[in-house]
Amino acid sequence: MAQAALAPSAKPNPLVARFAGVPLAWIGLLPFFIFALMFLILPSLSLFTGSFTDAQGNFTFQNILDLSREDIVDAYMLSIQISVVTAIIGGLFGFFIAYALVMTGVPSALRTSLVTFCGVASNFAGVPLAFAFVAALGRTGYITAVLRDTIGYDIYDHGFNLYSFLGLSLTYLYFQFPLMVLVMMPALEGLRREWREASENLGATGIQYWRYIALPILTPSILGTMILLFGNAFGAYATAYALTGGRLQLVSIQIGAQIRGDVLHNPGLGYAMGFGMVVIMALSILAYTWLQRRAERWLQ
Amino acid sequence: MKRSTFWGLFWVTLAALYLFLPLWGAFDFSLRAERDVIGFASYTRAFADDDFWRTFTFSNQMAFVSIIVSVLLIVPTAYWVQLKLPHLRPVVEFITLLPFVIPAIILVFGYIKLYSSPLELGPLTIFPALTNTDLSTNVLLIAGYVVLALPYMYRSVDNGLRAIDVRTLTEAAQSLGAGWFTIMFRIIMPNLRAALLSGALLTFAIVVGELTLATFLGRPAFGPYLQQLGQHKAYEPAALSIVSFLLTWLAMILIYFVTRGSNAQVTGAH
Repeated sequence: MAQAALAPSAKPNPLVARFAGVPLAWIGLLPFFIFALMFLILPSLSLFTGSFTDAQGNFTFQNILDLSREDIVDAYMLSIQISVVTAIIGGLFGFFIAYALVMTGVPSALRTSLVTFCGVASNFAGVPLAFAFVAALGRTGYITAVLRDTIGYDIYDHGFNLYSFLGLSLTYLYFQFPLMVLVMMPALEGLRREWREASENLGATGIQYWRYIALPILTPSILGTMILLFGNAFGAYATAYALTGGRLQLVSIQIGAQIRGDVLHNPGLGYAMGFGMVVIMALSILAYTWLQRRAERWLQ
Repeated sequence: MKRSTFWGLFWVTLAALYLFLPLWGAFDFSLRAERDVIGFASYTRAFADDDFWRTFTFSNQMAFVSIIVSVLLIVPTAYWVQLKLPHLRPVVEFITLLPFVIPAIILVFGYIKLYSSPLELGPLTIFPALTNTDLSTNVLLIAGYVVLALPYMYRSVDNGLRAIDVRTLTEAAQSLGAGWFTIMFRIIMPNLRAALLSGALLTFAIVVGELTLATFLGRPAFGPYLQQLGQHKAYEPAALSIVSFLLTWLAMILIYFVTRGSNAQVTGAH
């Protein structure tokens, strides 16, 4: 047992046995911590320190202050808008679908295939997704052509454009609402039948049950998952880049341009933009964890 | 029909249409590469391109190595936490969730800032710039992929370890004279087959079409190739998008069967 307590799991080391009595079990986690330090924590920290360094290598707050520049604020606003819009619409749509799958008499074959499809769609992002939407809803896309040829309605004559805020939102929704479905289904299944029966015995109507019992219990899960969707869209680069090129100035697209060549004419400002992005992601994950804890109080 | 069933079917149909129509659109579009002919010409042309095979092979190799590295890194770690250091579980879990906070674009930004010059600690050079050679850039790419897959892989392995009795298995193996290597590769990993397979398939699905890391590290992967192809071709990218979708689909179906088998096995063993 002494040996078991001391030898690391990855590399058994005879040296370790000499330090009997010293708690050395943590050495077994060394490979993991070194990896995390080198490829996750230090790279992020280097952006952090870069945000507070000027071109001469001195400490400065100027980069952070420069984040208030109009084009940068616009980029953050655009990224936040598209993330909020797709999180709310995807969240509501996904919730109704999860509700339909769990609570109503949808045939089980249909249910299984839709859930599998959601699993695929929530992992189907990036370049292939963007191109599928171009082929379907682009100017010469299939759905565009069908609508024009059958009912004579050219969506591009009526202001639709796939390479716009609306088009990118529609594309993001393709992976947003399936994720909501997948996360909400277990939460809805966690609503106990007894709660409904108890409320009915006390004379509650269906609407009252939802208003006073089910929705308050589900609200933390719903909000929490919507925050997850927000982060999902906020950090996305590949889908937006493949679909719109540089036409929509999202934060992630601007950071990409900054990596390619110093378009902001200040490397420090680029790092500050990246740092700002991490701060927003971190805040949303904190909110998510807090809501998740509240959700677990009732749903287990 | 009950009113609730009607609304249930309404939402489910809407969802099915949203999921299906763009794919059907892309598929139909990809069949019209030749004027007035419905056929697979765009697929033949896409597959005839040597660059497709070169980049697709490269991405598969990167996915394969990333899977091996993440299994070798995560299984011993999760095992050790479970067996010896349960009080460190929150720390390790926190680290495995960090990739959700740090998007790929930020990760690669940090890699380029940190590793495009030699890593120095005072006067000491620990290693030269990693972006200098193809091989060391591949190391960065794989490390990045391991990071992107970390939350999924760790959760998958951790769930798998919770389902087996790690302590009893370890002690039984030790009392029969097994060393750590034997315990890890002949006891723990075979018992985690389902968890490892589903983690591996998910990693594969994330890595094979990945664009951000591969583009900015300048590696000839499938994601950047597809993105470039989309700049000057119309039908081939649609065809390859359908192929990518089918691959993701295949990975998910396999995960479904693999994990379903594991549940049956777990209950069978009890």
